[in-house]
Amino acid sequence: MRIVVLVKYVPDATGERSFAADGTVDRAAADGLLSELDEYAIEQALQLADQADDVEVVAMTLGPDDAVAALKRSLQMGASAGIHINDDAVHGSDALATSAVLAAAITKAAPDLVICGMASTDGSMGVIPAMIAERLGWPALTFGATLSVQGETVSIRRDGDVASQTIEASMPAVVRVTDQSGEPRYPSMKGILAAKKKSVEEWTLAGLGLQPAEVGLAAAWTTVLEVTPRPPKPAGRVVPDSDGAGTSALVDFLSTGKYI
Amino acid sequence: MSQVLVVVEHSGGVVAKPALELLTIARRIGEPIAVVLGGGAEQAAATLAQYGARRVLSVDAPAFESFLVAPKAEALAQVAEAVQPGAVLFTSTLESKEVAARLAIKIGAGLITDATDVRSDQTTIQTVFAGNWSAHAQVRTGVPVITVKPNSAPAEPAPTETVVEPVGVSISDAAKTARIVASEPKRASGRPDLTEAAIVVSGGRGTGGDFAAVEALADALGAAVGASRAAVDSGWYPHSYQVGQTGKTVSPQLYIAAGISGAIQHRAGMQTSRAIVAINKDPEAPIFAFADLGVVGDLHTVLPAVTAEVAARKS
Ligand SMILES: Cc1cc2nc3c(=O)[nH]c(=O)nc-3n(C[C@H](O)[C@H](O)[C@H](O)COP(=O)(O)OP(=O)(O)OC[C@H]3O[C@@H](n4cnc5c(N)ncnc54)[C@H](O)[C@@H]3O)c2cc1C
Ligand SMILES: Nc1ncnc2c1ncn2[C@@H]1O[C@H](COP(=O)(O)O)[C@@H](O)[C@H]1O
Repeated sequence: MRIVVLVKYVPDATGERSFAADGTVDRAAADGLLSELDEYAIEQALQLADQADDVEVVAMTLGPDDAVAALKRSLQMGASAGIHINDDAVHGSDALATSAVLAAAITKAAPDLVICGMASTDGSMGVIPAMIAERLGWPALTFGATLSVQGETVSIRRDGDVASQTIEASMPAVVRVTDQSGEPRYPSMKGILAAKKKSVEEWTLAGLGLQPAEVGLAAAWTTVLEVTPRPPKPAGRVVPDSDGAGTSALVDFLSTGKYI
Repeated sequence: MSQVLVVVEHSGGVVAKPALELLTIARRIGEPIAVVLGGGAEQAAATLAQYGARRVLSVDAPAFESFLVAPKAEALAQVAEAVQPGAVLFTSTLESKEVAARLAIKIGAGLITDATDVRSDQTTIQTVFAGNWSAHAQVRTGVPVITVKPNSAPAEPAPTETVVEPVGVSISDAAKTARIVASEPKRASGRPDLTEAAIVVSGGRGTGGDFAAVEALADALGAAVGASRAAVDSGWYPHSYQVGQTGKTVSPQLYIAAGISGAIQHRAGMQTSRAIVAINKDPEAPIFAFADLGVVGDLHTVLPAVTAEVAARKS
């Protein structure tokens, strides 16, 4: 079985994240890393590989030069190979174009299973897995808290608001896993050394049969007119609860705000 | 005037409040047409009529129940083809965003998710990067498909006559691939829905596993209960109550965080709350930096005292 795990390279959420003049995420301003929610996707793929002999785990990313770091980390965790779709024309793509490029790359890579994270921690639209499935005409099993494969059938369990459900589909399929699925492993020393010998292929749009004009900022179907920093909220009042002072401040707050 | 498809969140015809907020927004843009997927359209229509929906499209197919979202997207594409709307609005939920994503591809339209405002010119506002930035955006290709966060507009009554129109749809086999093979219903909490509630009281690791004080204050205020991931991961509260990046996004009038430090992933789910109150025994807790009122103290004494006072004032 061949698994492609989609991993995104995102600006570190604990740093200062900002926008470039063209309204796109300023990927140079902040340090980047593998989106931590995609580590759960890698982990699920590696667990499937741990259970059977013939499982190949390929990490795939679409992003600029630096995005190769997301693949490196995936390889250190245990993925067997990486595919980096890197083409300047893709800069500024919206979700629709991003999903078109990824769907084309998945078609070329021809996996049995695609595993995605719950959402990217920068854009966090949570739409790419559904879009890819729609484009490929593959089933999408989303919000998996567990994932298993039996023969040609993949199944997940999801913990929804009104019900816990088990969902099945025939492969090939797209799966989107949550952070409930199990803590991702840390790369071991052995994993880090082994990663140095693993290969990362670079793919461009040309090899995917896509035209530069179909993607990127100019072709985006949505456009950001303006981004503005939001003024930091003025710090509120902090009251120590000595002799019940905090309690009365809270009750006053509730009554002044007409919450009671 | 342009017609705006409003995809109604409901449960068996009981309309969720965010759907009514969506009607308010739709009326800014044009004439709202409510779409009720699944059974219960007649019942839903009675509510929707009070909020300005003159037409309610009833769209049902057995596949909605037995497969994940693809059949819903297919049905909506057929509705959009028939109605030729000027925009399609959804309430942002994990599921609706997937439906919207698929619909956008099917009808060749740009997609905007998690808007906190939609203006009459169909441009949107989103808050991004932990609430530090605000983006003004626009769909420029196709019929704008926009998902809007709950609590982004008031649900303004606008009573009208309404007609319920059944719309037949055909669902292809290609959409029936992600089969729901088992479903165990969950027991309702009896409290307001977390994403709709005007007030949310959340507990974190600081509860030490005992949510009784959090629940008691929530009940005194008519509030929903939420939890941090630390509390959920410890098995103290079910995952469907988790607030944050990988849980629910809430935007209530008032958010009360008890024993929650205020990690960025938690903040991502509650920063757009109108007012934030934190109770934490650590004066250095990051949550105090963005709370309107912070109480430095033990939640096990503060919450019961506040609950008692609220109860006393009510009677
Ligand atoms: C990929 C990823 C996704 C995540 N998604 C989410 C998410 O969706 N939601 C979420 O919440 N977190 C999420 N997290 C986790 C997040 O980073 C924090 O670990 C989590 O929010 C911490 O929960 P907490 O505030 O309850 O616990 P802690 O950070 O341990 O804070 C507990 C607080 O309680 C205080 N306290 C202790 N005892 C008392 C007492 N008796 N009275 C008053 N105060 C007391 C302490 O001073 C402390 O500030 C995510 C993390 C990752 C990596
Ligand atoms: N540029 C990208 N490269 C690779 N995978 C991606 C990319 N963008 C999104 N994904 C995948 O799609 C998931 C959901 O992303 P999003 O819809 O952006 O929240 C992520 O967790 C990744 O698995």
